[in-house]
Amino acid sequence: MKAAVLSFPGSNCDADLLWAIRDICGEEAEMVAANHTDLSGFDLVLVPGGFSYGDYLRSGAIAKFAPVMTALKAFADAGGYVIGICNGFQILTEAGLLPGALQWNQSLQFICEPEPLVVANNQTAFSTAYRADQTITLPIAHGEGNYYADPATLAALEANGQVVFRYAHNPNGSLNDIAGVTNARGNVLGMMPHPERAVEALLGGTDGLGVFQSLIHATKGATTVAAN
Amino acid sequence: MFKATIYVNYKPSVLDPKAEVIKKTLGRLGQTNVASVLVGKYFELTLSADSKEAAEQQVDRICDEMLANVNMESYRYDVAAVTA
Repeated sequence: MKAAVLSFPGSNCDADLLWAIRDICGEEAEMVAANHTDLSGFDLVLVPGGFSYGDYLRSGAIAKFAPVMTALKAFADAGGYVIGICNGFQILTEAGLLPGALQWNQSLQFICEPEPLVVANNQTAFSTAYRADQTITLPIAHGEGNYYADPATLAALEANGQVVFRYAHNPNGSLNDIAGVTNARGNVLGMMPHPERAVEALLGGTDGLGVFQSLIHATKGATTVAAN
Repeated sequence: MFKATIYVNYKPSVLDPKAEVIKKTLGRLGQTNVASVLVGKYFELTLSADSKEAAEQQVDRICDEMLANVNMESYRYDVAAVTA
């Protein structure tokens, strides 16, 4: 399994994602700069957190025009697995790869806390390593993580089981407590919490490992992963 | 040359926490008759185009593609001829 970690000017979780895939999971991973135009040969693309292009205009609004995004859209259209975390989630919604949008937290505060989440759907490529309704704790660190979608879109997300993670105690005002959603096809996930910051005990927990383990199994064509 | 003045703001269905804070604070200052606050972004673009209609079409595209996130924001603009 070979993963690409995209890196935009202002990304700051790219090295953490490389660490999670290479050093913790023992799989291949490469950093791919935003001006690259080729993602061939990769099984998985990770879009990291940070403040791409300074979050000018809106979070992710400039990143969506980066050269690598054309390749990313083609990769996703072909069914490739894509995960966007935090700013990566914001970029994927801006680029139209995921429904909805991320708005300022209701409190207007940047929140940096461990946050309990409920696994709302463990039948996705991103969540098979978790039990149904399992509660996990992942760090969040964002000012604009308040998920918004119009009522029709929200209803469709719920009906299709696209909500993968929900906040147990909604910290930011997200509609339906949504912390992570997939596209309709189920090969693109965006989530505000940081699984890559919870992959070893030294970091305070390992609840994020399941996201990477699920993806690694999905890319290798496995159908089931043992619950951890 | 044409000058486009563009306003982008949240749709009415989106609760804007910044606008709510401003409204609450105005109330604290005694401006209790302020019924609503709308916060938005303002852009000025100067562009060359063959006609006002062509400039408007281009500005519309620019708003859709970049200046507004139409999932949560709406926009309006005025385009007027200016001397270069």
